[in-house]
Amino acid sequence: MDALDVARWQFGVTTVYHFLFVPLTIGLSVLVAILQTMWLRTGNERYLKLTKFYGKLFLINFAMGIVTGIVQEFQFGMNWSDYSRFVGDIFGAPLAIEALLAFFLESTFLGLWIFGWDRLPKRVHLACIWAAAIGSTVSAYFILAANSWMQNPVGYRINPESGRAELTDFVAVLTNKVALITFPHTIFGCFLVAGSLIVAVAVWHLVRRPDNPDADTYRFAARFGATVTLLATAGVLATGDIQSKIMTEVQPMKMAAAEGLYETESPASFSVLTVGSLDGSRELFALKIPYLLSWLSTGDVNGEVHGINDLQAQYTAQYGPGSYTPIIPVTYWSFRLMIGFGLAAAAIAVWTLWAHRRGRTPTSKWLLRAALVMPVLPLAANCFGWIFTEMGRQPWIVFGEMLTRDGVSRSVSLAEVLTSFTAFTLVYATLAVVEVRLLVRYARHGLPDTDPPEPDPTDHDDEDKPLAFAY
Amino acid sequence: MDLTTVWFLLIAVLFTGYFILEGFDFGVGILLPALGRDDRERRVLINTIGPVWDGNEVWLITAAGAMFAAFPEWYATLFSGFYLPLLLILIALIFRNVAFEYRHKRPDAAWKARWDTAITVGSAVPAVAWGVILANIVHGVPLSADHEYTGDLLAALHPYTLLGGATFLALFATHGALFLALKTTGDVRERANQLAGRLGMVTFPLTAVFLAWTLDLRQNPAAVALTLLAILALVAGLAANRVRREGWAFTGTTVATGLLVATAFTAIFPDVLPSTTDPAGTLTTTNAAASGYTLGILTWIAAFCTPVVLAYQAWTYWVFRRRIGVANIPTD
Ligand code: HDD
Ligand code: HEM
Ligand code: HEM
Repeated sequence: MDALDVARWQFGVTTVYHFLFVPLTIGLSVLVAILQTMWLRTGNERYLKLTKFYGKLFLINFAMGIVTGIVQEFQFGMNWSDYSRFVGDIFGAPLAIEALLAFFLESTFLGLWIFGWDRLPKRVHLACIWAAAIGSTVSAYFILAANSWMQNPVGYRINPESGRAELTDFVAVLTNKVALITFPHTIFGCFLVAGSLIVAVAVWHLVRRPDNPDADTYRFAARFGATVTLLATAGVLATGDIQSKIMTEVQPMKMAAAEGLYETESPASFSVLTVGSLDGSRELFALKIPYLLSWLSTGDVNGEVHGINDLQAQYTAQYGPGSYTPIIPVTYWSFRLMIGFGLAAAAIAVWTLWAHRRGRTPTSKWLLRAALVMPVLPLAANCFGWIFTEMGRQPWIVFGEMLTRDGVSRSVSLAEVLTSFTAFTLVYATLAVVEVRLLVRYARHGLPDTDPPEPDPTDHDDEDKPLAFAY
Repeated sequence: MDLTTVWFLLIAVLFTGYFILEGFDFGVGILLPALGRDDRERRVLINTIGPVWDGNEVWLITAAGAMFAAFPEWYATLFSGFYLPLLLILIALIFRNVAFEYRHKRPDAAWKARWDTAITVGSAVPAVAWGVILANIVHGVPLSADHEYTGDLLAALHPYTLLGGATFLALFATHGALFLALKTTGDVRERANQLAGRLGMVTFPLTAVFLAWTLDLRQNPAAVALTLLAILALVAGLAANRVRREGWAFTGTTVATGLLVATAFTAIFPDVLPSTTDPAGTLTTTNAAASGYTLGILTWIAAFCTPVVLAYQAWTYWVFRRRIGVANIPTD
């Protein structure tokens, strides 16, 4: 074990952890904004209750999103300083712009939204949650553009004197074809999570207490969440399909690694499951769908898909001796688990809608159980998607330009990285327990009372009036 | 003016803004046990910064992002060099920030007490650590010819940098007390006012000695002028506090904090991180900078976004301008 390994583990653990909170922030902010808009449009109290209820769950989650995000930003300089030197020109720019354009928007307007219930006119207050939601989505675009540049570097040149990558075309970086498709895929993935959470909480209340005074509101929420989940699934499938083709083009090794495809094939079949050794030497059992891989990666059922052995030989000739193959079991299984977990959530969403058909109220204990695991499924799918994307790029940190092992900080000792890795892991684990407990506690609590009605924000006479929201 | 100079200035401005804004919310956190005698009073204190602390912290995120983009070498050397202090800051901020959100989420007293400690410690630790880091930047650090930090943690701790840490702690506590005097009513306001006066007795000498020592290390006429103005502002602010002119008092520490940070950045210019060992290791605004093309793009974006950001942040402070007292805290 050396500093490089620990730095990699730390990056993997902290980023995956950050991305447990990101999808809820991105997805729920928009859904809460939609609910509040519906309240303002219709004046129906049930939308206000849902806005406040899911808004609270959103805030508990948001706090964690922020603190884990700062760790990510600092980590590039702390653990990956040679990488930062090499790419600062290109990679730093989207990060700086993200902060200036998106994070300020998000944090400032969310502050106004949380504390502004009794201070702002209703429309202005609604505009605040929309501004925060837009901020989250914009921030996702810039960080994904930065990440996509590592997958498919464009718009740069290598300065022969300093050896650093220099930006030559910023528009090319922002319109990187990998970024353009990664963004919708990730955003749909986020809505999958948010929709599932809404379903889970609503179904829990419904099945536990069908005579609930708020039953109608929960029924609405369950159907709303399930519909969002299904739309998001369609989006994830459509964009994932395009992504596979782009990936095959810019990182053919990743596609071969996703399939454990050692020899070039045409037509190639998609392997659903393999039992045996994934180094390709023995195959005990394999379930395969003929032609599907060719179609997924090239758009043609007879298309040729390059195998790992060919690509390895090609890269050795191009970049010099060394292994250019990612860890196959990791890429193979993470790709499958991403798709599998995501589709499982969609199946539960279909079941939920079915249980609500024609005015019914769900009673099935099995649906309750399924709904409770439902939010975990798309979260897992998102994690495996990232693990696949990032591990499939290995051994490169910037594809074709810099190896991961060359990006690590030289002046940081193993002891230091171990200290920080241990500290973050312990802190994150502790906070995860606190966070989940709080979410469950508030989710159980159920819809808030919206009686007495909202105070009139223009009434400023009473100096001693309690705050509408206080920490 | 050169784009590299422009970006040096902008990063200095971002850090200055960060220390002014988060300075008072760190101060409020530090004073939580001293000024909040019971749960409701502590909630008064926390709610004065409730709507704004996150926006304040984004100044840091932007400063670090801008440093990464405009001076990659500076960002890389600084962040890998100050590994352990930055780790401490991150852990402290994690606990502090979730504490704001979580402390009132359960009724039991032990739960609240634990998060209150997190807020106090989580505000004090970054205040000291940032002071130490800023003083180290002014003092210079051991760097090799290829700009790698070659010291260890102890190399970063010596009398001048420790004084930097103590100065930040005292200054932020005073700044926070004056903010509370301006934003609260009743008893809390009275006590904040008195405490600010007493804290001023410690803050003033620390700040004066720290600034004098800074000039002794690196001097240029602009830094001397800024130092004098900083001390003047601090004295004026403390005097205004004595006569209960709360707005002016808070303006005084605001200006003093800003000028103190500005002095530090002015003193090192055009270096951004001086080397105390190999002179070739010194990072300057030119050898640490990104390419002209990147700086040009960043400049356009900053020129358009910064005024908008300043406008809506100012608006937030306007929306939440009312003082808060115990009566405003809901009883749930
Ligand atoms: C697809 C979206 C996405 C991805 C890939 C990342 N983030 Fe993130 N990040 C967000 C989406 C997001 C967000 C939705 O905007 C967050 C989550 C919760 C929140 O408060 O904002 C956020 C918060 C957040 C913050 C705090 C912002 C604040 O205080 O308001 C920082 C500094 C970062 N992130 C930085 C990073 C870095 C350096 C990443 C690279 C590893 C990263 N994020 C990956
Ligand atoms: C939030 C979504 C992301 C997740 C979940 C994620 C996940 C991962 C994982 C699992 C690894 C592999 C760690 C290992 O090798 O053991 C990794 C590595 C890495 N990723 Fe990401 N990543 C994300 C976003 C990003 C972004 C946006 C960037 C850059 C902007 C990035 C840059 C890196 C770097 C520098 C490494 C270190 C090299 C390495 O260890 O392989 N990642 N990430
Ligand atoms: C069903 C739920 C799914 C979720 C939640 C999900 C989520 C993700 C996430 C978070 C990433 C990493 C970010 C990115 O590169 O976009 C990713 C990558 C990817 N996903 Fe999915 N995904 C799902 C389904 C699918 C499906 C059905 C396909 C293909 C048919 C697919 C194809 C891909 C590909 C090819 C990548 C890697 C892109 C690259 O590395 O260039 N995904 N997924």
